[in-house]
Amino acid sequence: MKLEDYKGVFVFAQQVDHKINDVALELLGKAKQLAGDLDTDVTAVLIGRNVKELAVKLAAYGADRIIVVDDPELEHYRTEPYTHALASVINEFRPEIVLVGATAIGRDLGPTVSARVQTGLTADCTQLDIGDFPIKKMNHQEQKHNQLLMTRPAFGGNTIATIACPDNRPQMATVRPGVMQKLDRIKNPKAEIIDYNPGFSKNDKYVEILDIVKEITNTVDILDANILISGGRGLGGPENFCILEELAAALGGEVSCSRAVVDAGWKPKDLQVGQTGKTVRPNVYIAVGISGAIQHVAGMEESDLIIAINKDETAPIFDVADYGIVGDYRNIVPMLTRQLMSNK
Amino acid sequence: MKIVVCIKQVPDTKGGVQFNPDGTLNRKAMLAIMNPDDKAGLEAALRLRDQYGAEVTVITMGLPKAKDVLIEAMAMGADKAILITDRVLGGADTWATSTTLAGALRNLEYDLIITGRQAIDGDTAQVGPQISEHLGIPVISYAQKLDIAGGYVIVQRQYEDGYHVLKAKMPCLITALAELNKPRYMTPGGIFDACEAEITTYNRGHLIDVDDANLGLAGSPTKIARASDKVKKGSGEQVNLDPEASVAYILEKLTEKHII
Repeated sequence: MKLEDYKGVFVFAQQVDHKINDVALELLGKAKQLAGDLDTDVTAVLIGRNVKELAVKLAAYGADRIIVVDDPELEHYRTEPYTHALASVINEFRPEIVLVGATAIGRDLGPTVSARVQTGLTADCTQLDIGDFPIKKMNHQEQKHNQLLMTRPAFGGNTIATIACPDNRPQMATVRPGVMQKLDRIKNPKAEIIDYNPGFSKNDKYVEILDIVKEITNTVDILDANILISGGRGLGGPENFCILEELAAALGGEVSCSRAVVDAGWKPKDLQVGQTGKTVRPNVYIAVGISGAIQHVAGMEESDLIIAINKDETAPIFDVADYGIVGDYRNIVPMLTRQLMSNK
Repeated sequence: MKIVVCIKQVPDTKGGVQFNPDGTLNRKAMLAIMNPDDKAGLEAALRLRDQYGAEVTVITMGLPKAKDVLIEAMAMGADKAILITDRVLGGADTWATSTTLAGALRNLEYDLIITGRQAIDGDTAQVGPQISEHLGIPVISYAQKLDIAGGYVIVQRQYEDGYHVLKAKMPCLITALAELNKPRYMTPGGIFDACEAEITTYNRGHLIDVDDANLGLAGSPTKIARASDKVKKGSGEQVNLDPEASVAYILEKLTEKHII
């Protein structure tokens, strides 16, 4: 089969417990744009057990077609049956592009599927475009058009690389949650729904689920916050986070933190911003007592407005802050909170 | 029981990141270390050995200087070490890297293969699951706890909102999270012995069932179209005022931007 015979942009529509993950909707938004550039359409691949009713939502966020793989073996995520499902869909329908959310599921499923269908995979992309490869025409090499150019940070966020997959199909990428924008919900969407079941026969690769433990946290999703007050090791201890929580309440924002804080056990991992945490882009990001290690900056530099408060005037966080305040947060933040409250 | 741990030598991005005057990264000034997730994987293997008895082999792919991490692993207690090094392997993406490692692993007996979840230079988390796929064995990624029972591994597999307890038949592959444990230090005796220990070197010829077309830069499906050391965002204003003036400054900026 020739490379040109692979058509369409496919999105893995991750669902857990019959809930579509937001990143799948974000990917549909991006897929729509890529499909526009390529003059093709967008297909969502929905995998699970009794999940067909979720197709409506995928259509509402931009899927022209939904392929549903529904089987009892797919009740909960397990690497093998999900890999078999997605790889079989790829082999049957031959998409040119497959996008997967860079979640704890997608970062497992993407690699196994790419190895099974023998194509490349670019991890944790932050930007996707259609363009030429090589980007500039070269004498000794054919320039291919309409390639997926996948841009990702590497090296702890220190470098940026744009990657293509010119000789294999599909072109596969995982994309970090929170990076792409979902479309506005379409009213009365029309989409074709296709049921497809490649058959599932158990083998040693089917691991057994002994227990499912949900760690109930009353924390909010920091990806949804418009204002984040983020604390680092400079806060001095977990008890001081209440100072940030008061400011967050006064501004209508939420509290997040750096990796050092999670490593120290002060705050749970789901509040962590950074390369190994979440990528956030709020309207305002106030970094308090955060030194600004590269890995942290990689997760927040796209924020619209960055304010940093730090005692150390040489802290690297000041290199990315729009407004940097050198000083002790203990003296500044409570006073700021009081004034905000009294202005209300 | 035979355990093989795949490890990688990486530049230390944590803390001591150094920049050149032009704002690009000064790689030469940075330390080369054993990748943290891999080190936790090695520690997990050593603990299983301590508890149940096992032979622990470490394997790495890289330039000849990657031998340093193998010596460190031996000094921590690994029994055997293998360095895969060959010019034809250079420039490999995750697909070609996992193909190479799988080709090398086919020389070995194993009940359990452990890799780190991801390396701090590439952060892809792809090589472990891809090796399992090439070898046709089960994989459990993101292991935050690991034990053995009979011919099975029992693993706590981390998710964003909790974990699954999974049971997989050996042989299988596990990718380890740094939070799995706190790796032991090298011992003086261990360091002494490690320097004397023999390290097996593999080259292209040792790779089993691997096509030349799947190796190195040429055998990598993904190609770099453009790479740049990231230009640091220009810093904004920085002020050093007393607390009252600092607060007034922040309020002024928030008002200016219509936040309040």
